[in-house]
Parts: sequence; C-alpha cells; structure tokens
Amino acid sequence: MKSSKTSDPQLAKSTVGGASRPPRLHLGHWFGVLPFFVFSALFLIGPTLILAYRSLEGPKGGLTLDNYRQLTSETVMSSYAMSIRISLTTAILGGVIGFLIAWVVSMGGLPPRFRWITTTFSGVAANFAGVPLASAFVFTLGRIGLVTALFKALGVDLYKTGFSLYSFLGLTVVYLYFQIPLMVLTILPALDGLKREWREAAENLGATRTMILLFGNSFGAHATAYALTGGLFNLATLLIGQQIEGDVLHNPGLGYAVAMGMVIIMGFFIFIYSILQRRSERWLR
Amino acid sequence: MTSPPISAPITVKSPVTRKRLGSWLIYLVVSLYFLIPLAATFYWSLRGQKDVLGFEAYRKLFADTYFLPAFTESILNAVATIFLSLLIVVPTAYWVTLRLPRLRPVVEFITMLPFVIPAIVLVFGIISLYSRPPLLLTSTYDSSRVLLICMYVALSFPYMFRAVDNGLRAIDVKTLTEAAQSLGAGWPAILFKVIFPNLRVALLSGELTIALYMAQHTLGPYMANLTRSKVYEPSAMAIVAFAITWAAMGIIDFVGRGSSRHVQMADTE
Repeated sequence: MKSSKTSDPQLAKSTVGGASRPPRLHLGHWFGVLPFFVFSALFLIGPTLILAYRSLEGPKGGLTLDNYRQLTSETVMSSYAMSIRISLTTAILGGVIGFLIAWVVSMGGLPPRFRWITTTFSGVAANFAGVPLASAFVFTLGRIGLVTALFKALGVDLYKTGFSLYSFLGLTVVYLYFQIPLMVLTILPALDGLKREWREAAENLGATRTMILLFGNSFGAHATAYALTGGLFNLATLLIGQQIEGDVLHNPGLGYAVAMGMVIIMGFFIFIYSILQRRSERWLR
Repeated sequence: MTSPPISAPITVKSPVTRKRLGSWLIYLVVSLYFLIPLAATFYWSLRGQKDVLGFEAYRKLFADTYFLPAFTESILNAVATIFLSLLIVVPTAYWVTLRLPRLRPVVEFITMLPFVIPAIVLVFGIISLYSRPPLLLTSTYDSSRVLLICMYVALSFPYMFRAVDNGLRAIDVKTLTEAAQSLGAGWPAILFKVIFPNLRVALLSGELTIALYMAQHTLGPYMANLTRSKVYEPSAMAIVAFAITWAAMGIIDFVGRGSSRHVQMADTE
C-alpha cells in the first residue's frame, strides 16, 4: 500500500513533467483542484464554520456557551434521541430488507428482467422523498387513507389500535420507502460482481459504507418529516427549523447549537464505524 | 444446473425450487409495500370529480398557471447543478488520480462532508453566511437561486466524485493521458476531448442521481403549497412526479447502455 502511494506522484511527475515542462507548472498542478477547494470553502466548509460561530454567540453578541448548555434540556435531548432511534431502526430494517431484495434479485432465481426493474424502481424510490412521499402515505395510511379504509371495512380501526402515521412507527414505515431502495442500489453491484466498473463502486461505497449511509440518510431527513407532521414531531432536524425560523419557539442561537450537535453526533457515528471497519479489515487479513 | 439424484422421490421439491419459491415470496411482499402507496395515491388522484373516477385532477393540475413555471425552473436548476458539478468535480478527480495523489485523502474527506453535515444544517449555514453584508446574496430571487444551485452542487459531491472517480479507474486515465500527450495535446484538450467523452457512463450515473434529487426537491415548495390548498391535485402531482422520474431514469439507462458498449470497445482497442 504505502510503497505504491509514494511512488505514484513520482511516476506522475516523470510522465507529465517531461522535458518541455518549466518549473512554473508546479503551480499548474494545483490549478486543477483550485476551483474545487474554493467552492468547498464557500458552500460547504464556510457555512458550517459560520454556523459553529453563531452557535457560540450570545443574544447580545459576545462569545458564550449558553446555547450549548441548553442542549441538555429535555426537549433537545429527546429530539436527538428520537432522531437517532428512527435512523438506527430504519438503517437496520432498510439494510436487512434491502439486502434480501438485492440477494433475491441477483441470485434467488428470479428472471433476469427483475433485476433491471428493481434497480430502476430503486433509483426512483430512493429519491422519492419530501412532499410527494409524505402525501402518498397520507393517501395510504393516513386517517382517510385507502389502506386505513380497507382495514376499517374488515372491522379493524387502525387509529384505535394505537397506530398513527404521525408517530415513530409511522415515520419508520415512510422512511423505509427511501431506505430500502438505497440499500438495494448500493449493495446489488457487490452481489452482482458482473459489471466491473460497478464492482469497484460497490467495494468503495456500497458494501461497507451502506449502514452509515442509511443512518445519515434518515438522520438528516427534514422535508419528509416536515411534510408529514407539519413540523410538530420531536425530531432534531425539525427542532432546528423551529428555533431558527419559527414564530413560537424562536431562539436562533439554540437552533445553531442543535445543528452543530447533529454534526457532532454524525461525526461520532462515522468515527465509531471507521473503528469497526478497520478492525474488521484486520480480521479479514 | 445439477440434476437431482434419480433415486429421489419426485414429490419432494428440490432445494432449488424451494429457494426460488422463497425468493418470489420475499419479492412479492416487499413489492406490495412499494406499490400500495402508489396505487392508493393514483386512486385518490382519479377522484377529482364528484362520484366519477376520471382525470379531472390532472387536467386542473396542468391548467394551473404556477405548475409549468415551477416545473421548468426545477429542470433548469437541475441542469445548471449538473453542469457546475461536472465542471468542478471532473478536473479535481482527474488531477487527484494523475498528478496529485497525495491530495486524494483531503479531497475524499471534503467530498464526504455532506454525509456528516445534514442538508438542513447546510441550508441555515448558507443563509446565515450570505444574508448579511458584505456577502448579501439572499436579497433577490435570482441570487438566492444561484445560492440554491451552489448548495445542490456541494450536496452532489459525494455521488459525483465517486461516480467520476470510479469511471476514471475503469478507463485507465494514465494510458489515455500519455497517449494524448504523445500526440501533442495540452491538458485542456486531454480533459475535454479524451477524458470527458470516455467518462460518459460514469457521468451519466452521477448526473442521474443529482437530476432526480433536484427534481424531487425543487418542486417541493410548489407541492407543499398544493397540499395546503387543494385536495386531489397533490395526489395527481405525486403521480406525475413519480412518472417523470421513472421515465427519465429509463431514458438515461437506455442511453447509458449504448455508450457503455462504446466505452468497452474503446477500452479494448
């Protein structure tokens, strides 16, 4: 590993920097990646840093940790807990069901056409989030939904059994609609092993990173939850919106701190994951 | 295909058929979960007219003066995002692969940041960075739109970088670059005439992800409005959104297959 990494740049230099290359082209080396770094600073790193700064700002200016102290309050803690719970549940369920589907399609003996149908559908469904997804489920499992009505016709009132689309269970059912397809899309190429361009993609992103990908996918989900519950559910993403933009609960400083807390939690999960991955890699060797 | 031992009784199902049966069962149950919400939504969309099933809700939707502008704008946003994302990511991935491999971990780390920073956090970060002088960009509609596109470009990095990077590995950039250089090509020519065309398949998959993402998200505000004010049109809108993304996916997949054959040929040549 190491030796190839160190020899690579020299190889590149010797092939690219031939006799016709004057030293000033050393700057040219950086020129190709410059737009990327500038853009990332402006629209990825800068905005996050300014949010970190604002989260440390008191209402009258000056630096303070007050906003972070409020993170330990009941509301904030329970919203983090709910976000993590939903993300873990849908990552695990979505992962297992998605894996089953991918396995069935690639080696379960279904006609090959189902592979294409499944990947195409997954591509669409994995991106089917926000308002359209929420309304599709309202029409299905909402109080007036078709399936709710069907159950009622059979003598079962879903909403009297404690089920609600606007609860933890309801959100889980809805989130799985984009979690399962995402799992299928990332894991299928790994199981497939037929197309070589895809196998590498699977090795890099698919097989091992999928769980953390699924976790992040529902941890950061905002539009779907907002559309479904009108922003009233106790989720971290919804709380940020309420604190920064809301009329009732308006405390932007706290909102920024909750946002930074999300970044920290996400970073923590990725850190744990990378330790686990490194350990499993050692085992595989 | 292994044939079962002759002595085995015919009535016992072979493990192969049982496995296939299980496969069908799993596939069927999960399919129901995915198809029922679509069917229910479709059913609701047909009820736009009292006591009759029909396409009234769709007619009203297409007749809505705000539908077409919202729709075209979201497509334009998607195209602009893809274009800008390609323009930034392709040279970066190329440079990192060929000229600055030492920078790869840094670039990979940055492209993975959108996974760590939830989109909602980025939204408020961008608003708070660009809503005050000296960087006041949220004041006009057009400048906010530019901000929106830039945010989507940043959010596209994980998908775009990976797609392009895998594509670059598949086509053996080093050989292509050396060949082009030996013919006297400068680096802009190498990038735009050699690398870009050979990356087509990889780019297609990256583009596709972004286009679908954009289409779903920028039509969002319009649909949110619709759900607040109308009863049946939102269901029609959801169906239209689903149908359009499905169609786009099918078309791109078809084109992608064509050019993947092309790349393979170019590869073996």
